[in-house]
Amino acid sequence: MLHYANPQNFLNLARRLTPWFFGAGIAMIAVGTYLGLVIAPPDYQQGDAFRIIYVHVPAAWMSLFVYGSMAVASASAFIFKHPLGDVAAKAAAPAGAVFTALALATGMLWGKPMWGTWWVWDGRLTSELILLFIYIAYIALWDAIDEPTRAARMARILCLVGAINVPIIHFSVEWWQTLHQGVTVFRTDGPQMPASMLTPLLIMALGYTVFFVGLLFVRMRTEILARRLRTLRLNIEGAFA
Amino acid sequence: MSFFDMGGYAAYVWPAYILSALALTVLGIRSWRALRRVERLVALSENPEKQT
Repeated sequence: MLHYANPQNFLNLARRLTPWFFGAGIAMIAVGTYLGLVIAPPDYQQGDAFRIIYVHVPAAWMSLFVYGSMAVASASAFIFKHPLGDVAAKAAAPAGAVFTALALATGMLWGKPMWGTWWVWDGRLTSELILLFIYIAYIALWDAIDEPTRAARMARILCLVGAINVPIIHFSVEWWQTLHQGVTVFRTDGPQMPASMLTPLLIMALGYTVFFVGLLFVRMRTEILARRLRTLRLNIEGAFA
Repeated sequence: MSFFDMGGYAAYVWPAYILSALALTVLGIRSWRALRRVERLVALSENPEKQT
């Protein structure tokens, strides 16, 4: 693994793996969508509206998974001075923000027919909205500070402080029992869903995750090359100074 | 036609799927284009004599 801590080795590996991750991710999302929309039976309470679950829940899981990954990457940049830690966190953030926005938007489209309202200020919805704001603040922070090492340090701190919100989102449905339904899949007594409904959800979630890794590779390569470009330009300017 | 009706929930189910597909596609394409752009710029800066 240490071999790939070197940005050049990582670039070479990422370049080879990217098409596979995109291909596998898109294929799984296609299969999951077909199973979810066509094969899974309608819910006995929610009818066909429940099918929104297959785009809502994977996006919501990803919003937390991406943030958790960013926190791990930021911590490794802090503790081990891992050269790719800041690169990974910065590259992941816009994808995380998109997943969070999708979780909120598809949740509203599900809430309107089921709850009769687009939005309520319940624990789950509010903490997920705060997550979106944290993502936006994190992205804005990188843009706001010109000096790269200072920007990286501030971004790490923001990312790690914001990580407090992740367990809050997860447990919000237990702490504040309001409109959002409780934990259905990750329960100690097993998922409360028949296999015909659960399988498409798991395929979809895996597809989203694999697609995200492909995106992360592309965005990390972009960030590494952008840094190289900055150095090259500084050298060129230096030569003529 | 009942498949497209989504049991009367078509107005909610389809926008959720279309929005998700659109957002992920745009994110993928934008990320890919940004990479292509920076790759070109790095190649130009490393071999300026190759510039035509």
